[in-house]
Amino acid sequence: MQDVKPMVPDTRFMRAVEEGSGIKISACFQCKKCTNGCPTSFAMDIYPDQVIRLVQMGQREKVLNSSTIWVCSSCQTCSTRCPNEVDIAGTMDYLKEMAVREGISVPQSRTKAFHEAFLEDIRRRGRISEGGMMSMYMLKSGEIWDKLRSGDIKEDVVLAFEMLKRGRMPVLPKGIRAKDEVRKIIDG
Amino acid sequence: MKVTYYPGCSLEGSARDYALSIEGVCRALGLELEELEDWSCCGATAAHSINHRVSVELPARNLAMAEAKGMDMVVPCPLCFNRLKGAEKALLQDEAGEYSASFQGRIGIHDLANFMAQPEILKRITESAKRRLKGLNAVCYYGCMASRPPRVTDSREYENPTSMDRILKAIGVEVKPWSYKTECCGASHAVARRDMVYKMVGRLYDKALEAGANCVVVSCQMCQANLDLYQDQISEEMGKSYYLPVLYFTELIGMALGIKQARDWVGKHFVRPYHLFGSVGLVDRRPGSRIME
Repeated sequence: MQDVKPMVPDTRFMRAVEEGSGIKISACFQCKKCTNGCPTSFAMDIYPDQVIRLVQMGQREKVLNSSTIWVCSSCQTCSTRCPNEVDIAGTMDYLKEMAVREGISVPQSRTKAFHEAFLEDIRRRGRISEGGMMSMYMLKSGEIWDKLRSGDIKEDVVLAFEMLKRGRMPVLPKGIRAKDEVRKIIDG
Repeated sequence: MKVTYYPGCSLEGSARDYALSIEGVCRALGLELEELEDWSCCGATAAHSINHRVSVELPARNLAMAEAKGMDMVVPCPLCFNRLKGAEKALLQDEAGEYSASFQGRIGIHDLANFMAQPEILKRITESAKRRLKGLNAVCYYGCMASRPPRVTDSREYENPTSMDRILKAIGVEVKPWSYKTECCGASHAVARRDMVYKMVGRLYDKALEAGANCVVVSCQMCQANLDLYQDQISEEMGKSYYLPVLYFTELIGMALGIKQARDWVGKHFVRPYHLFGSVGLVDRRPGSRIME
């Protein structure tokens, strides 16, 4: 028989998450309604109800290193349907922000690169220019090199060309006048 | 009727078609949209994913400017709407003075589809309609952000929204019931996890066809993009050949009102609806008519 080590709950992590996020994680009684309604659970490594349970049990490393928190699409179905008003999607956001702050090497690094490229583009112009943001994402995530190698870059070039042709991609994106105000917000 | 208008970034780019149809239809209905001057990005998914404070303060800047104008604000992009509503709630509950902007809640923030479905405007649409769009069997696809979570959106019909259903019925479209009105399309995962979007959207196509639809009607430009841009690739992936035009509800209002430019708006989609329109007798079949290209 294999030795099974019991998991000793440590509520300090849960209390820290509750205090920082204002979300009452301890209210979860594991009905799994969140996971059953989740449209992205097929791509997750741990299910939403497990994320909440692991936070309750103090399993910090497990949740912060999970794919799940990045795979969540923030569709808000879980938070809407939770009978105990646990904001599960909000918890995913809180954990993502924590993982970034702690410099964890996240398993869904491209999704993280997308969010960062997006914020950088807002910082630059005050508004998003989709073309500029996408190029920055391609470089930041390193996806450009994979696409060049595999030849998949053709698809993106065709897509961009078709958008341009339809007048759905401005050639010279405009920025706003009050860029400084927006930069101040982003830089804190 | 005059309101402040917050278009959001994608309506200046990939959702130019949506923007043009909104402007055209509102003009025809006598609804004056005054664009919020020097508006900035709401922060979208990126901000709320990795920086909570920024996710409140970016939309808050726009809220404060809109409140100074004093008119209610209408927002076509459901994600912008959601972020603006989230900031509204955060600022109204901000007793500790955590955020730099202030908002007193003197103006209302409205999702465009809900705004257009209010009885007064619905009446205008019905009265100005020049033709009924018979032959279109639509499923209304609302997506997530205009509805959920209701404590943010103030939606009362978040599991079964009906704004577009009511509008489309008023212009003669047959609206098919289905259970996927507010199912997620994957949204911005189209960038870094397109494989996920293909799966999620493929299922939506199947469910729409199962419901008897020949088109999908949307009010969200992210849903439109995910369902429209990759239909060929998803067909290939799923071993099927989907043909499901993905139309904005405003484009259909434009067609019903007889606005000529409506054919150019829908012509900007990847899945061109001309074949569908032709097959149900909604277009001019004369030779040389552009709509039949």
